[in-house]
Amino acid sequence: MLDHVQRFGHQGLSVLTGFGRAGIVLWQSMWGAPDWRAGPGLLIRQLYFIGVYSLVIIVVSGVLIGMVLALQGYTVLVRFGAESALGQFVSLTLLRELGPVVAALLFVGRAGSAVTAEIGLMKATDQLAAMEMIGVDPLKRVVRPRLWAGIISMPILAQIFNMVAILGAVVVGVNWLGVDAGSFWANMQNTVEFREDVLNGSIKAFSFGVVVTWIAIFQGYDAIPTSEGISAATTRTVVHSSLAVLAMDFLLTAVMFGVD
Amino acid sequence: MYSRSMEILVGAFMLLGIAALAFLAIQVSGLSLNPSNRDTYQISATFTNVAGLTTRAKVSIAGVTVGQVTAIHLDPMSVRAVVDMSIQKQVDYLTTDSIAAIKTAGVLGDQYVSISVGGAPEMLQNGDVITDTQSALVLEDLVGKIITTLGTNN
Repeated sequence: MLDHVQRFGHQGLSVLTGFGRAGIVLWQSMWGAPDWRAGPGLLIRQLYFIGVYSLVIIVVSGVLIGMVLALQGYTVLVRFGAESALGQFVSLTLLRELGPVVAALLFVGRAGSAVTAEIGLMKATDQLAAMEMIGVDPLKRVVRPRLWAGIISMPILAQIFNMVAILGAVVVGVNWLGVDAGSFWANMQNTVEFREDVLNGSIKAFSFGVVVTWIAIFQGYDAIPTSEGISAATTRTVVHSSLAVLAMDFLLTAVMFGVD
Repeated sequence: MYSRSMEILVGAFMLLGIAALAFLAIQVSGLSLNPSNRDTYQISATFTNVAGLTTRAKVSIAGVTVGQVTAIHLDPMSVRAVVDMSIQKQVDYLTTDSIAAIKTAGVLGDQYVSISVGGAPEMLQNGDVITDTQSALVLEDLVGKIITTLGTNN
């Protein structure tokens, strides 16, 4: 019995220290004077690997999800003769929920896991220790560009996802299923509010970007420097980030669109 | 460390993001940059019942949208519902004897405020109150009335 209590307490303490270390890593890598000698090159390089490389999966998934939404929405709405409401159905679903969440989940799989594996491998091959030896702070040099690249890329990717998904829905809804283009767009514009829907969706995407990148860099930085350790850290990144995104989505939805 | 093509692609990525936001703002949410629609003045109207009317509901004259409901609250003195509305500035021909009515678009559609302009010489100014109003038609009350009438007839 006492053993159980002891183990429980031990686990609780290790969770707390984990959060503490994660917070310190985030704080130290986020702030501080930028490294002028390296210039903006480090950040641009990471934006390229994290943002531009994620573009293909984001665009393809966005188009497909928009098309599926239009198809499913149409089959339900046409039963009530309300197929002209397809535009608002698709756009509200995407802007408020699906866009930020699915883009974040794709971002975890595409970029978050890569960041963890990269930083973890740098640690395992003692590259981070070598940097410290020659007086370069690895948190600044390695972690900070990746963190900022993730925070900047995520809202951009989410908005691109929303745009191509709505265009995909237009192709299926208007061009194939024959919903009137005028009522499709007019209904959409009447119901979608810029502040309420577009900006709140962007805030969601931004918060997901911070959390997902934070988890990714911390898991890489904190990985046990062995091959098993890196694989476990990469798995943890995907699992923790996905759960964090879904849990935060519920909280943010409750705050933003919940009870008036 | 990085090449020029990488810079160009990152720049294109950023621009694509801004373009997406602009698309969502203008084409999807219909955000208007035209300032004339944003210049508004406030009027309010008191109703005995606003059942189903919500904030951001449309305010229309002859079916043309001229503003929206900004707030609904209860006046503690008269125990009537006060509906605050913002009306576009260019619509400056609402007379003081205008009638505000809460109507429903379609059988089960959204409720909106319809204003009928009267013939008085004075116009409503910012902050004025319309007291001549028709309240929302509550379907349950109507059904209840029909049932009681049928009951007394038998």
